[in-house]
Amino acid sequence: MSHMDKIDESGGQMESRADEQSSYLRGGIASVVLTVIAVLAVVSDVLPDWAAWTTIAVAGILQAVAQLHWFLHIRLHGQAWEDLQLIFFTILILVLMVGGTIWVMGDLSARMM
Amino acid sequence: MSQARHPGLKLGHEHDPGSGEVEALVFGFWIFMMSDLLIFGCVFATYVVMLPQVADGPSAAELFHLRGPLIETTLLLASSVTIGFALLETKHRADQRRTTLWLAVTFLLGAGFLFSSTHSLLGHLENGAGPSRSAFLSAYWLLVPLHALHVAVGCLWIAVAAAQVWIRGFDWVTTGGLLRLSIYWHFLDIVWIGILSVVYLGAMI
Repeated sequence: MSHMDKIDESGGQMESRADEQSSYLRGGIASVVLTVIAVLAVVSDVLPDWAAWTTIAVAGILQAVAQLHWFLHIRLHGQAWEDLQLIFFTILILVLMVGGTIWVMGDLSARMM
Repeated sequence: MSQARHPGLKLGHEHDPGSGEVEALVFGFWIFMMSDLLIFGCVFATYVVMLPQVADGPSAAELFHLRGPLIETTLLLASSVTIGFALLETKHRADQRRTTLWLAVTFLLGAGFLFSSTHSLLGHLENGAGPSRSAFLSAYWLLVPLHALHVAVGCLWIAVAAAQVWIRGFDWVTTGGLLRLSIYWHFLDIVWIGILSVVYLGAMI
């Protein structure tokens, strides 16, 4: 407990507690709003299929970014590059593997019809 | 602000004993999380490829309802916020009681998620939609229970971490462990966005 007490002594750190608390709340509210948008896009049944898919995809990606930002505190500036580089590299591999798999297998499936 | 090279709440100060070690451990854990994300990505790809292969079994549109997944979304999202609050109590107050309390709330929300998830999976089994029914259902039973298994391991980890904080108090071992736990838990919520979007919302279109 000893070394943790030092943090409380500086006023700046005490103020950032409120900031950090609101960070989690903002992340939560943003996630709820984006989930509601995605659900409404599907349940309302007014959008054509492609528009519903696009809304789900955009809302999902935005929600992932919102959670990386407000929950995991990953920022573009003010911190070292390594964790962000790792995320970008992982996304690159994911796009290649997942996108490639779906593309190739979808093409194969279409030719088998 | 130090140039922290890991995600999650920045707990440490450079002068703290063990803070460099914690930073290296947390960054290593983030590498593990990203490789876990690759596994989930491959399982997602399998699911999407298998989606039309229903083999006279029920299709996604016939099988899924939004109610259960939306309850699970709410529980998991709330638990992501409460584990953040547990970390804030650790960082700013070093308050064992409040940290353990928020961890307990997170545990209960995670357990609620598992209850709802297990309930709907058992419902599928009763309706003859087990993993051996079709290629689509095999992929579904690979993806969703894999995530639920992660949540179950996370719940176990929360219990262990809470006990450690309760018994040992805060040193760099327990706070570093809490930091990794929170990263793991937030990561599970991000994977769940994908499951809700691709599996459940996708089935409604």
